[in-house]
Amino acid sequence: MSNEKKVKVKIQDLYKVFGNNTAEAIELAKKNTSKDEILKKTKCAIGVNNANFEIYEGETLVVMGLSGSGKSTLLRCINRLIEPTTGSIFIDNEDITKFKNDEIIKVRRKKFGMVFQRFALFPHRTVLQNTEYGLEIQETDEKEMREKAMNALELVGLKGWENYFPEQLSGGMQQRVGLARALAIDPDILLMDEAFSALDPLIRSDMQDELLELAASVHKTIIFITHDLDEALKLGDRIVLMKDGRVVQVGTPEDILSNPANDYVEKFVENVDVIKVLTAKDVMVPAAKVFKKDGARIALRKMKEIGLPRVLVQNKDKEFVGLVKDTVALKAVETGNKDFESIIEKDVQIVNMDTPLEHILTLELDDVHPVVVLQDDNKKVAGVIVHSSIMASLAERIKGGTKEDDNS
Amino acid sequence: MIIAKILKIPIGDWIETFFEFLNRNISSFTKAFSESFNNGVDNTIDLFVGINPILLIIILSIIIFFLSSAKPNRITKANLREKYSNIKFLGHFIAWFLGKTKIMIKDRYAIKMTIGSFIGLIFCWNLGMWELTVSTIVLILIATLISILIGIPLGILAALYKKFYRIIIPILDVMQTMPAFVYLIPVIPLFRIGKLSAVLATVIFAIPPAIRLTCLGIKQLPEELIEAANAFGSTKKQKLIKVQLPLAVPTIMAGVNQTIMLSLSMVVIASMIGAGGLGKQVLWAVQNLKVGAGFEAGLGVVIIAIILDRVTQRIAGSGKNKK
Ligand SMILES: Nc1ncnc2c1ncn2[C@@H]1O[C@H](COP(=O)(O)OP(=O)(O)OP(=O)(O)O)[C@@H](O)[C@H]1O
Ligand SMILES: [Mg+2]
Repeated sequence: MSNEKKVKVKIQDLYKVFGNNTAEAIELAKKNTSKDEILKKTKCAIGVNNANFEIYEGETLVVMGLSGSGKSTLLRCINRLIEPTTGSIFIDNEDITKFKNDEIIKVRRKKFGMVFQRFALFPHRTVLQNTEYGLEIQETDEKEMREKAMNALELVGLKGWENYFPEQLSGGMQQRVGLARALAIDPDILLMDEAFSALDPLIRSDMQDELLELAASVHKTIIFITHDLDEALKLGDRIVLMKDGRVVQVGTPEDILSNPANDYVEKFVENVDVIKVLTAKDVMVPAAKVFKKDGARIALRKMKEIGLPRVLVQNKDKEFVGLVKDTVALKAVETGNKDFESIIEKDVQIVNMDTPLEHILTLELDDVHPVVVLQDDNKKVAGVIVHSSIMASLAERIKGGTKEDDNS
Repeated sequence: MIIAKILKIPIGDWIETFFEFLNRNISSFTKAFSESFNNGVDNTIDLFVGINPILLIIILSIIIFFLSSAKPNRITKANLREKYSNIKFLGHFIAWFLGKTKIMIKDRYAIKMTIGSFIGLIFCWNLGMWELTVSTIVLILIATLISILIGIPLGILAALYKKFYRIIIPILDVMQTMPAFVYLIPVIPLFRIGKLSAVLATVIFAIPPAIRLTCLGIKQLPEELIEAANAFGSTKKQKLIKVQLPLAVPTIMAGVNQTIMLSLSMVVIASMIGAGGLGKQVLWAVQNLKVGAGFEAGLGVVIIAIILDRVTQRIAGSGKNKK
């Protein structure tokens, strides 16, 4: 990328007030009156309070903040699903707050793909028909539409699922459909409102990885909403931190971590010492297992089910034996190698439930080589630790910390 | 007393004046229309009555079998559609037909329904009420059809436009609580006693659930689906046709079911203004204290009610309760 960054979206003096008495509410907001007080005086809820920032072409901008801080409202102002009260939003230097209804429909069709927290897939349409929706309403010809939709589905790894209905898919797969639906229209900007929040940690981490890959390959501007610090740090080229409708800091993850703009931001990021307090049982996640007698085929099926390139193996007493990688298992199936035992990898890092996080962080771990946690009194598997599981529990700590501080 | 009389607001007078005005100015036209409508309905009834009853009952049973059997599973349908997709329109039909027959043969419920309906209809014929039964069914179906054709569009409008919603809901409240007999009075001077009057009175009485539930079915859809439709740039019309209506179908069908049931509950009352059919038989039995005949005709109404109810419920629910 060149050093000259092109501004894709520019948000200027943006206010959104819910209620009837908007003028008075904005007056009060300009005088720094608090959100609660404005609500009391004018019966208006402040959604977005004087937002000003720019989004560059091709970057992933994460908007982060606690529940009710106005993230969703801000995002919906950008494609005018919610009408801004005052202020301007420039997309490619055009102020879309001035657009009429039919113009805004055109902008939505051309420039925006949106992904929702609860997927919002159409239950009466198949995966393919869902993916085609955006193209269908633009009256794209059928062949082109089919081709684009299939490409989008392939991009998110859902080839072969075209004719299924959303209800038949797992949460992670449903959100892939949501993503494919947004990608199919080849938008400039992807709007993602807590797109991964409804997924469980393992799948969530996978989806984050895939989004990172996708962002690198398709080069779209992504606006991603989350209330999860870990996710924000992982995905964001830059982060916008919001509180009570206000933008409190805009910066790169490093900026946010090293120069928190105020106490509020600091509370988000101050929890460095948790690595001393947390132990293996705090950061592990449940592990998928197969039995030794199951064989390579079932192991592969299990891996596909959980979407990971490896699975743990236990003996008939449920004691831990080792792990099997997908590549090895696939080879065994292809070559007809019936000796499952021979492909089990036994050299695995093992810790106890009480091993401190400080020690775990010194181990090398990735998705294929997790750290396995065994129960204290026997050799049964208690769980595994992967990168995302550590991050997830850290983020949770941080959230808990801020809540307590808010009360005091 | 006198004061009360003076202060009485003359609503009754106003309404009478209004209908007198209608009567004077348009009744020649309405009466002519009424006549041709009545002839049309009578001819239709005669046509069905002319068919050999047993043959007609068998045909009806087959139709019931088809309507009440479950919809083919979505996957089967999708696969079949894929298979015949190269023959465009006909392909859809073939896929639907094959999917349907595949399921039907195994569908216990549909088979039971069909046998039940067959016995019920034979029973009506056996009691010598076949003509009355046919005439009642035809009239109910006409009233339902009109209710649907008017009610569903009105329901859609009410769901989409707040102002219209605010106007129509109180009107529906009045329509549903006003004693049904009152509708009979103004209809007669305009359309004379006959089938059209009976159908109109029935429609007025039975249309509210069609409107209400269509409106509800559209309004109660999850906000996020509407948001998704908007976010991709759907126009109002596209949103309605591609998202709102298809998803509201089960609720709309529940409304249609209620409309049919309400129409049936009007048969006796409507027979006072020329509906004929089983209702007239009941009325005659009441007036002449013929307990047996009255009970027989009443049973006929019940049989029609059960058949229509189960079939429409099945159509409404089959998408949901079959996984
Ligand atoms: N339709 C609405 N009517 C009135 N107030 C609203 C409406 N939508 C949002 N708000 C208010 O705006 C504020 C911001 O809401 P918003 O949904 O944008 O928060 P959020 O950051 O997305 O929170 P979450 O993480 O829970 O999704 C909230 O305080 C809420 O009270
Ligand atoms: Mg939100």
